[in-house]
Amino acid sequence: MKPDTLAQRIIPVLTILIAIVAIWYVAAYFMNAPFQRDLDRRAGVTSTTMEFIGKTMAQPKPILPAPHQVVSNVFENTFLRSVTSNRSLVYHAWVTLSSTVLGFTMGTLTGILIAVGIVHLKALDRSLMPWIIASQTVPILAVAPMVIVVLGAINITGLIPKALISTYLSFFPVAVGMVKGLRSPEIIQLDLMRTYYASGAQTFWKLRVPASIPFLFTSMKVAIAASLVGAIVGELPTGAVAGIGSKLLAAAYYSQTIDIWAALIAGSVLAALLVTIVGIVAKIVDRSMGGRPA
Amino acid sequence: MTLILRSWQGAAAVVLCLAALASLPLMAADAPSPFGTGTVVLVFLMIAGAAAISFTKLSQPLLATILFVAAHLAVWLLLAGIAGNEGKATLAFFLMLAASWLLAWRCVAVLSHLRPKSGAGDTFLRLLIPAIFGVWILILWEAATRGAGIPFIILPPPSAIGARLAGSVPILWADVQQTIFKAVLFGYVVGCASGFVVAILADRIAFLRRGLLPIGNMVSALPIIGVAPIMVMWFGFDWQSKAAVVIIMTFFPMLVNTVAGLAASGAMERDLMRSYASDYWQTLVKLRLPAAMPFIFNALKINSTLALIGAIVAEFFGTPIVGMGFRISTEIGRMNVDMVWAEIAVAALIGSVFYGVVALGERATTFWHPSNRGG
Amino acid sequence: MNNAPSSVVSASKLGLTFETGDGPVHALSNVDLTVNKGDFVSFIGPSGCGKTTFLRVIADLEKATSGEITVNGMTPEEARKSRSYGYVFQAPALYPWRTIEKNIALPLEIMGYSSVDRKARIERTLDLVNLSGFGKKYPWQLSGGMQQRASIARALAFDADLLLMDEPFGALDEIVRDHLNEQLLKLWARTEKTICFVTHSIPEAVYLSTKIVVMSPRPGRVTDVIESTLPRERPLEIRETPEFLEIAHRVREGLRAGHSYEE
Repeated sequence: MKPDTLAQRIIPVLTILIAIVAIWYVAAYFMNAPFQRDLDRRAGVTSTTMEFIGKTMAQPKPILPAPHQVVSNVFENTFLRSVTSNRSLVYHAWVTLSSTVLGFTMGTLTGILIAVGIVHLKALDRSLMPWIIASQTVPILAVAPMVIVVLGAINITGLIPKALISTYLSFFPVAVGMVKGLRSPEIIQLDLMRTYYASGAQTFWKLRVPASIPFLFTSMKVAIAASLVGAIVGELPTGAVAGIGSKLLAAAYYSQTIDIWAALIAGSVLAALLVTIVGIVAKIVDRSMGGRPA
Repeated sequence: MTLILRSWQGAAAVVLCLAALASLPLMAADAPSPFGTGTVVLVFLMIAGAAAISFTKLSQPLLATILFVAAHLAVWLLLAGIAGNEGKATLAFFLMLAASWLLAWRCVAVLSHLRPKSGAGDTFLRLLIPAIFGVWILILWEAATRGAGIPFIILPPPSAIGARLAGSVPILWADVQQTIFKAVLFGYVVGCASGFVVAILADRIAFLRRGLLPIGNMVSALPIIGVAPIMVMWFGFDWQSKAAVVIIMTFFPMLVNTVAGLAASGAMERDLMRSYASDYWQTLVKLRLPAAMPFIFNALKINSTLALIGAIVAEFFGTPIVGMGFRISTEIGRMNVDMVWAEIAVAALIGSVFYGVVALGERATTFWHPSNRGG
Repeated sequence: MNNAPSSVVSASKLGLTFETGDGPVHALSNVDLTVNKGDFVSFIGPSGCGKTTFLRVIADLEKATSGEITVNGMTPEEARKSRSYGYVFQAPALYPWRTIEKNIALPLEIMGYSSVDRKARIERTLDLVNLSGFGKKYPWQLSGGMQQRASIARALAFDADLLLMDEPFGALDEIVRDHLNEQLLKLWARTEKTICFVTHSIPEAVYLSTKIVVMSPRPGRVTDVIESTLPRERPLEIRETPEFLEIAHRVREGLRAGHSYEE
């Protein structure tokens, strides 16, 4: 059974991934070919088809870099540079990671606090909850540059402004998820606590909190991804000198396409890593709370 | 003790009033046009009076009305008094502001516990309570920025933002046309439609589904917004590059949700269709698509926000000289913070309307779903 | 000490009306009833007859709107606050994140029993419901019948001599139900608790009870109270005796009378 499911899961994913890479190569050839042809004609060079294809995949600033160009750039800037270098992806990723994690932590704590308030105070529930839901429809990310510049104007720069954007983005999913989670106990379970004459605090800690844990982790997965996007966008406005977002902007400014793709890959790896970590923690907690193995 | 418990906000308001009395006047001594004595007395009487009434066992709707009128009239007088005295508000002013805010809180607390008999009354309350909250955010914002004289650059008062908004309608309208009507709508429609079509394909071909779904799930967690500079390079500065970003951002949520939705119909219902010898398309149209509607609308809702974000942020990477993202990034560079706020207000409004339209469509199509039945 | 049976639950002219959008619903009306110490009382009737509501009034999960009721000589609220009853719901309502042991420990933690005492009680009650050795399992690892037994253990763990059971075996199949009924009777004999038991099964009511309260709906009311003549010792086979069938017949008649009243 095991090898069968493995094959059923891995092979389709691998096939699609290989197809994507293949399409990527073909697209790279066709998108870079006109420029290369132009270049060759001006230099008066005639080359065989194979040589020509090779050249389209080796331009310094291609319209679409070939996958191996991106991979070698990522490899070079990740493993071969000292991590303190401005060109090191590890360095930029670290800068983005630190504000992501700080913002995520603050956002999660705020979200939990607000959810607890909403569940316990009726006035807060009826006045704040509609706004929390409505605010999810607002493109909050548009505020990011302003937060950076305004806080910069009062000499708050560096980590904190970016982290605040991440906080803002990650607090919404957590607040909404936790409200749902804290309200998830069924009436029968609440009645049970009532028959024991349990105090409000006992009902909260012994019933509502454990019942909300799965909801918390689900929303934390959304929140950490949102946090990362917040940090990256927070690095876009001029002024930021480090981080994946600023790397992206700088590379775009100088049309260094390979660097753009490399930064994109770095951001994606970071996102996958963070979501995976939250997922693993969720699984461990679930296991220790007697979750049924899937 | 029980008297205080009946309205702790009222008790706190009385305490704040006394503290404010002790630290009069409401404006600093050098304020150009200080409060008239009559106004000050009126404000104190209203707040203290309403606070006192909140301890009585008056009928709840009447009490809420009194609190509502007193708190808002008092705060209106307070706000009106700032005019000409920007940055001169004293501690007493803010104590009175806090006192009237507490009364409004008490009002909301009373309203929250009302159980109107009629459906219309219930809807009215459901709108009124958050509206009071929203208005108080604006009031406190206005009073804090103008009363304490917070620099315009850091946080402009809502009134200034409103004035700027009203004064720049043509510019804002041009931005909306560029960003929303061209980039967002086009990208949203194409992105959602292609996500849907690929989902149907993936549903027909199991191999494709098994391969695409994990990838789609992972991609939704990635900072896709980062493709914006590449799209700008490929499709130029105009709206086409923004639409491309929107397409990429909206494609995956639609794909993942639709595939999940198509799997949502029950085994029993599907067996029923089998027993009718219904073919794939009949089953799809008559059973599985209706069952998938809540999922599809969920994606449409998520995408309505994502599309706005995608288009606006993509404009940070280069645009012609029009567009909401362009406006935000250039005006912030010129420190025209009120214009940025006006643009954000417009974006918020459009985001809510966009979401609202999708939600209405959802209610019309998935009225049968438990989450919409109400009661 | 006197030997006369002392009343555990005593209701007189009890009524409960729910206000709904479609007008008032009389869930209970004019209920007079006494449950004596050591009784096993079953409440039977069609859905909507107020049998569960009555149990919930005893447990102070609903408030009566008219009439008087005392539980252990106190108001239901006082009785609940002095933790004088254990309640078993229609569903096991075990907390999925706690093992069976920890689920039984839940009321003990809330009521502040020492950890040594908790351990002893868990062991004893697990043994009472024949679940020894399953303490470390999580609820989902147990069958439905075992889960319901665990929830009974949870209600027995603390010192309450009144046990309120709301259709505890309603969701189980006939075979498991027979088995649990037999065990419940043994448990009742051993612990000498007073049990109020809501059911919609006539054989179950007759087999278990010393007193059967027949109820009928709209308004919810008591139409008949039948004292069982069966001995306290009851093997399953007793259900084929004429005496058993005679009582079952009376219950059925009572239920039918409640219906014809309405038409």
